[in-house]
Amino acid sequence: MRDIRKKILIFRQETWSGPFTAKTDSSAPHTSERTVTFQVTMSQNAQARALAIGATAALLTVGGIYFGSGQLEHFDPALFWYAIASVLAAFAVGYRFTLWASRPPSRMYFKRALQMLLRSGPKYAAAKAPSAEVEIAKSAAVNFGAQNFIRKRSYFRWIMHLCLSGGCTLAFAVTFPLVFGWIHFGTPLDDAETYQVIAFGITVDTFSIHSVKAFLAFNALNIAAVFVLIGLVMAGYRRLTDAGERAVQTFYEDILPLILIAAVTVTGIALTISYKFFDGLYHGSMVWIHLITVVALIFYIPFGKLFHMFQRSCALAVTAYKKKGGAEAQAKCLVTGEDYAPQRHVDDLKIVLDQLGFNYRYTTEDGQEVHYQDISPKGRRRLIALNQGKALKR
Amino acid sequence: MVSSFFQENEFFLDQSRCIGCQACVQACGECDTHRGHAMIHLEYIDRPTGVQTAPVVCMHCEDPTCAKVCPADAIKQDDDGIVHSAAKPRCVSCSNCVIACPFGVPKMNQGYELMMKCDMCYDRTSVGKKPMCATVCPSDALFFGKREEIERIRQEKPVNEFQFGMQTVKTKVNMMTAPEADNVPVDISDFMAGSTFQLPQSRSGAPDAALSAVFELPEIVRLAKDQPVEELHV
Repeated sequence: MRDIRKKILIFRQETWSGPFTAKTDSSAPHTSERTVTFQVTMSQNAQARALAIGATAALLTVGGIYFGSGQLEHFDPALFWYAIASVLAAFAVGYRFTLWASRPPSRMYFKRALQMLLRSGPKYAAAKAPSAEVEIAKSAAVNFGAQNFIRKRSYFRWIMHLCLSGGCTLAFAVTFPLVFGWIHFGTPLDDAETYQVIAFGITVDTFSIHSVKAFLAFNALNIAAVFVLIGLVMAGYRRLTDAGERAVQTFYEDILPLILIAAVTVTGIALTISYKFFDGLYHGSMVWIHLITVVALIFYIPFGKLFHMFQRSCALAVTAYKKKGGAEAQAKCLVTGEDYAPQRHVDDLKIVLDQLGFNYRYTTEDGQEVHYQDISPKGRRRLIALNQGKALKR
Repeated sequence: MVSSFFQENEFFLDQSRCIGCQACVQACGECDTHRGHAMIHLEYIDRPTGVQTAPVVCMHCEDPTCAKVCPADAIKQDDDGIVHSAAKPRCVSCSNCVIACPFGVPKMNQGYELMMKCDMCYDRTSVGKKPMCATVCPSDALFFGKREEIERIRQEKPVNEFQFGMQTVKTKVNMMTAPEADNVPVDISDFMAGSTFQLPQSRSGAPDAALSAVFELPEIVRLAKDQPVEELHV
């Protein structure tokens, strides 16, 4: 990989002058042998690395459960199957994330973000270098917290997504620590009216069972369920009525996650209704139905639409990368003569294209290389039309 | 499996027929999957020296570069060979696709943090209707229909192979080109920044605006050479 970059950098340093005849050689091999070999070894490595990281994630979860619950002292056996599903899902998330992050373009962004944090990597002339830490923190607050970009797409979808993501996050924040035995509850020996929250064996909070805090704590999952239900109704309405969405949506990617989340929410609320208003009618069998829906949802997360909650981490790297590139030297289009993108971005894309097996290179008469990446999107649109006109002699 | 509608009907693009009326741009925004945004580009080739315009739609590459360079795995090609706009939950608005597309097609909506592109009006074509732009194009620069029909009414030949240096790109959309050509070689050297276009001396067909006397006005010639012009008297 270093070889390729060196070659491109050498080429970029040369000041390229005057007109030349670009040779279009269709008999040339599609990709160089070096690139192909690189791809094969990378995909095998990525597979092995993904298995290793998936296994590590699963082991960490097991370790977290064992030690976090005081060597299973506070582990709730009733939640055994939830714990098993969590461990398997941890493996799947680790595996899929690594495979995805190993793809050349994703890898490039994560690598560059890491280099920005470590103050290394390729250097370009820059006006002022914005701090990568600040950019990443800002992006996390604006994009992950406030989800501003969805608000700009539409207020309806913003509220819908805040309800769904907020509700699910709250529900997971309550259930995972309970499943793992990290948090359990107790009462002092002399006072049954006081409730203690014990995390990792340490009492972190104490409140009266008649307090507002108690109400919120006991009903956290029900509150989460209400938000999720609002989001689900909005999402369902959109899936049924939005003509643009209906044209491109698929069952597996867009409908199934809504069905799974709805199943979890409805069976969860049914449990509450059962013990609050019907003296636990069908509670025993409902517990199992709820368990099955939750396990199905947890298994869907690594393999479907909901995986975007992990994939969007790449947005943090991209925001910092774009800010940095924006303050640096810009690439000038060979056709329009205008700046069109950060030089850093153009150079990195050339490396990514090589790794993917694309070869958009031209050779000049005197053997110099010209890369099609050095032409802006606008220049390309003009080039195609001009070349068609040339072929038609118009 | 390509649906029978796409087996029978194809998109044929002849940019040289474009009259720059913008009907396609207006119609494009009407499409449900485009949500009010025109995805087609109407490119002015070299405005100071000529009136040539060119519509640019997605060519729907068989092996789409945009999808391959997407770090978020957000760009998908369906069974019909249509390359769709970025998946909304996934797109991280990095612009890799915008810079890498050999045809300059994807558009980045920075506010939405979302790449949107021409999807051949999938809300329409998936139910057997023509794409918006081809429906309204008065000069049939954008033509959607049967291959036999285009072969019957045109002298030009539809090809779907482009040569960018050493990279061959095959597309779903056809480009009309010279009858003797099998592909469209994309040459850079003739069209570099700063160089002026040399119109061929003898041109086939009827005399047209490009040959009219207005282009020999000294001011226009100076403009074409990027030299300063004080005031235009046309």
